[in-house]
Amino acid sequence: MALSTSSNFAKPDDAFRAIVEAHRGLSDEQSADFDAALVLILANHIGDLDVLREALALARRRMIDASQQQQQQQQASRE
Amino acid sequence: MAQASNQAKTQFGYRRHPDQDRAGHDVAEHPVVVVGAGPVGLSLAIDLAQRGHRVVLLDDADRIGEGSRAICFSKRSLEYWDRLGVGDRMVAKGVVWSVGKIFHGDSQLYQFNLLPEEGHKRPAFINLQQFYAEAYLVDRIGELPAIDLRWRNKVVGLDQRNDDIALTIETPDGPYATRAQFVIACDGARSSLRKMVGAEFSGQAFEDQFLIADVKMTAAFPTERWFWFDPPFHAGRSALLHKQPDDVWRIDLQLSRYADPAVEKQPENVRPRIARMLGHDKFEFEWISLYKFQCRRMDRFIHGRVIFAGDAAHQVSPFGARGANSGLEDAENLAWKLDRALRKSSPEALLETYHVERSAAADENIRESTRATDFMAPNSHQEARLRKAVLSLAKETEFGKRMVNGGRLSVPSIYDTPLSTTDSDGWRGGPRPGASMPDAPVTSTANEDTFLTDSFVREGRRFTLLEFGNGADIDAPQEIGVIRIGGEGGLVDAEGLAIKRYDAEPGTAYLLRPDGYVAARFRHPTRSALDAALARAAGLD
Repeated sequence: MALSTSSNFAKPDDAFRAIVEAHRGLSDEQSADFDAALVLILANHIGDLDVLREALALARRRMIDASQQQQQQQQASRE
Repeated sequence: MAQASNQAKTQFGYRRHPDQDRAGHDVAEHPVVVVGAGPVGLSLAIDLAQRGHRVVLLDDADRIGEGSRAICFSKRSLEYWDRLGVGDRMVAKGVVWSVGKIFHGDSQLYQFNLLPEEGHKRPAFINLQQFYAEAYLVDRIGELPAIDLRWRNKVVGLDQRNDDIALTIETPDGPYATRAQFVIACDGARSSLRKMVGAEFSGQAFEDQFLIADVKMTAAFPTERWFWFDPPFHAGRSALLHKQPDDVWRIDLQLSRYADPAVEKQPENVRPRIARMLGHDKFEFEWISLYKFQCRRMDRFIHGRVIFAGDAAHQVSPFGARGANSGLEDAENLAWKLDRALRKSSPEALLETYHVERSAAADENIRESTRATDFMAPNSHQEARLRKAVLSLAKETEFGKRMVNGGRLSVPSIYDTPLSTTDSDGWRGGPRPGASMPDAPVTSTANEDTFLTDSFVREGRRFTLLEFGNGADIDAPQEIGVIRIGGEGGLVDAEGLAIKRYDAEPGTAYLLRPDGYVAARFRHPTRSALDAALARAAGLD
C-alpha cells in the first residue's frame, strides 16, 4: 500500500477545522505535546512502516522547500 | 572501581610452562590459542576441547574479576552451557526469572513474560554474578586435560605469517615465544589484540552516566525485572531493580550526563539514593560502579588468522542483556566452524561465515540497545516530548505499552546466511533455516521425561537430522547424528509440542548445524537433497 495523497475526506474543511480547534487554548509547548501524541496515535492506526516512511519523507520535504525558499529570498534581497 | 567488600572468589597461581624454555626453531606450535579467560574465552575453549582439539587459553590476570558485571544469562546461553556440561550448575545457583514490569512514576504501566509457555528445559533467563559463571567454567576446564589454561600470560606481540601466527607472551618469568594456527581474541572491550592487528573500533558513545550498585539485603521483592521511568525516588530519570543469588540486588540508576563520577560513586552519596528507592537503609554495598557506554563493533571480526569474539569484537549498552549472551553466541557459532577447519573437513572459507552471521547479529544487538538507550535518555527536547507521549499513551492503549522501551532482552538472531538451504516446501510455522532450534518436552524409549535440547547435547556435536517418523527410514548420510521423534524407537512427543513447534508432519526432517541452528528443512527429504544441504551448511559447495 502506498501513501494516499488524494483527498480522502468528503469535507476536508471539517477535518482541518477539527485539528485546528483541538489546539485552541493550548500554549506552544502544550500544542507540541499534543501533536506528538497525535502523530503516534495516527501512525499506529496506519500500521504500515512503508506508508509511514513515505509520509515522513513528504513532511520532510516541507523543511527542505522552506529552507530553499528562505535562501532564495535572502539572495534576492542581496541582489 | 570495585568496592573492597567483594573480593574475587577465586585466585589462581601462575605456573611456569615448558613452552617457556623453548626458543628459535624449537618454539611450540599450537592449533588454537584463545586469549582471555572471561565467559566467552572459557566457553569457547571448552567447546573446542569437547570437539577433540588441544587449546591453550591465556589470561593476563591470575584471578576471576571482581564485581557482578554481567548478571543476566539467556535461555540460549544456558542451552549452550548444557552442551558444555555446566548448565545444571549455573541454573542451580542462578535466580530464575521471566517476568519484567515497567513502571512510570509510582504506577505500573505493564508487565511482560519472556517465556509464557511451558515445555522448555531452560527458563527465559537466570541472574547469576559473572564471577560464579566464570568459576564454574574454570572448574569444568579442570576436567578437560586438552585445555592448557595459563594465568598471568599476557600477549604482547603478534606477527601474522602465511600459515601461522607468532606470539610473544609476557609472564612473571619474562617473555616467551609460541606459535598458533589460529588465535581467538576474547580479551574484552579494551582488547589489546585488536590494537595489535590495527583494527578500528568505532561507533556511538553515549554521554549519559549510569550508576550500578549491587547491594546485599533480605527483601521480599519478587524475582522480576523492575524498570522505572521517572520514579518518585529518582525524579526525571530511570531505575532498574533485579535480584541476584546470595541476597544481592542489582540496582541501576541513570545519572545526569554532567555528574562527577568521583563524587557520585562515593558510598556516602550512593546510600541516600538507594535508601530512597528501597524505603530503608538496611543494606550493604557489594559493588559500586559508575559507567558510560558505547555501542560499536569492529568492521571485520576476522583479521587473517586472528578471530575476534565477544566484547573484543562488539560492545553494546547493558540494557537488554546483549553483551555476555551475544559473546556466548559468538563462541557457539565459531567453535564448530573452527573444528571443521582444523580437521580440514571444511575449507577455511567456512570461517568467513562466522563474520557474516555474527557481525549481522552484532548490528542487531547494537540497534536494539541503542534504541533502548535513546528512549531512556532522549537526545533532544522533541525526543523527550515523543517519549512523554508514549509513556502517557501507554496508560490506556496497548500500542503505547508496546512502544515503551525499557530494554529489549536478548533473543538469538536469525541468520541470513549462505549456509542455509532455502525452503522449497510449504511451512506454516516452525524455525526457518537460520533460526535456532526450539526446545520441546519428549519422553525417551526408557520412559524418561526429557527435552529435545537434551537429545541435542548427546547427538549435536555434529550435523544432526531431527526427523519426525512416518514409518519409513530416511536415507541419511553416515556422518550425521539422528534424533527421531515418533515411529519405532523414537522419542515420544506425548504433549504434541515438538510437532507444533516444528510445524511437523510424518516425514518432516530438520537438518541442524552443530550449533543447534536450522540449516535446512524438508517435508520428505531425499538423499540428494540432504547431501546438497549438508554440503552447503558445511561450506563445501
